Amino acid sequence: MLRLHNRPRLLEGAYRRSRRILRPFRRWMVPGSKVEIVFVAVERMLKGFIFDCRMCGQCVLHSAGMTCPMNCPKEMRNGPCGGVGADGSCEIVPDMECEWLRAWERSREMRFYGDEILHAQAPLNHRLQGSSAWINDFVGVAGKTPDGWGE
Amino acid sequence: MMATSRLERVLKSGRFAVTAELNPPDSADPESVYERAIVLAEVCDGINATDASGAHVHMSSVGVCALLTRAGYEPVMQVSCRDRNRIAVQGDLLGAAAMGVRNVLCLTGDGVQTGDHPDAKPVFDLDSVTLLKTARSMCEQSCFMSGRELDVPPRFFLGAAANPFVPPFDFRPHRLAKKVRSGADFIQTQYCFDVPCLQQFMQAVRDLGLAEKVFILVGVGPIRSARAGEWMRTNVPGVHIPDAVIARLKGVPADRQAAEGKRLCVDIIQQVREIPGVSGVHVMAYRQEELVAEIIQESGLLPRGGRGRKGREQTRRMAATSLHTR
Repeated sequence: MLRLHNRPRLLEGAYRRSRRILRPFRRWMVPGSKVEIVFVAVERMLKGFIFDCRMCGQCVLHSAGMTCPMNCPKEMRNGPCGGVGADGSCEIVPDMECEWLRAWERSREMRFYGDEILHAQAPLNHRLQGSSAWINDFVGVAGKTPDGWGE
Repeated sequence: MMATSRLERVLKSGRFAVTAELNPPDSADPESVYERAIVLAEVCDGINATDASGAHVHMSSVGVCALLTRAGYEPVMQVSCRDRNRIAVQGDLLGAAAMGVRNVLCLTGDGVQTGDHPDAKPVFDLDSVTLLKTARSMCEQSCFMSGRELDVPPRFFLGAAANPFVPPFDFRPHRLAKKVRSGADFIQTQYCFDVPCLQQFMQAVRDLGLAEKVFILVGVGPIRSARAGEWMRTNVPGVHIPDAVIARLKGVPADRQAAEGKRLCVDIIQQVREIPGVSGVHVMAYRQEELVAEIIQESGLLPRGGRGRKGREQTRRMAATSLHTR
């Protein structure tokens, strides 16, 4: 394999291009539609293969150095917890390197979305689990801040 | 109407603040909380009630805080995201505010795998950043996360944690910035045994302009012996103890290592006091509350404002009633 996940620039480029390519088709991108079934299948395969995607339905890859933060055992979407070992190991799964360590390093290499990692992410919407992140992104339901936050 | 946080007043007045950690008991007797609180209250501006730290079950932080506020103490309620979802957390925040809790420390929490119930279900519905933002919105927008309005909003002095001593080192100040933007008023750090590392972190914090926006209390604590130090650094996630510290403890006979550990803690307090942007210390000593008092005294941080005679009388009265009702 090309070790794609270690090439954040290539991946962010692909993300940027896919957004542009999909944009004209956004009127067919409706949550719950037949189109979504196809999207979900494609995302599961593609992102599952490259990022070990967990299908949370609200992708923040480009805000996390093109590294899926859902692979963190605590599902931290806003940066590393305080339990990282001196050698960079995870406090929960000691054999694993902290996802955020890699995320931070990769974000420093990125050209377009590298500084997105500095922005706070909204909490997960658990109703979107298993749905298409691409569709949710276009419709605007992914990454939506809670109503009570007044933003 | 609502009294403000005393910790907030101390910090805003520019005095060097001291907070200390109360280790919640494995007991249903309120006395076991008061015994520990009375030692700490004399020497600090706020008492942290931990929320099942290290994922070990103890009396809940809500319960401890209820007892502390009843007796006139100033608690800092720790809230972790490991055990409760957003529904439970917001309810607890309201309840805590109603009981007189004014300081809340928002934490993500240690993983359940590190604790005494590793087979439990980890929740992590929110994380420290989103918890901060939620608590801040409850105070300022007077709203739950859902947007539903509160009749009377709480008033919290909000805190968060930081660990400058573990990688990724250059991301840590930015993560602190996220917490400040999400509503943190003060920060309590992980144990500091490596002052140069803290100095570097504080330099970055000042460069990001955060030192003026947030009060930083550096976590400190005594090490009982060289062996305890070695155990801590291998078994407690996120605690970094440099070799030089272990060597210093090993350099004295076993019976004097505890005194040396205390001395080391006092030295570190005096060094971190000199770092620009550091507003106080947070003393943590697992089940050694008396030692905390000695450390604070020997560091020349007394007298504290104290909670006065009223608090002490109240404690005595509470103690008496709890004896009667038993």
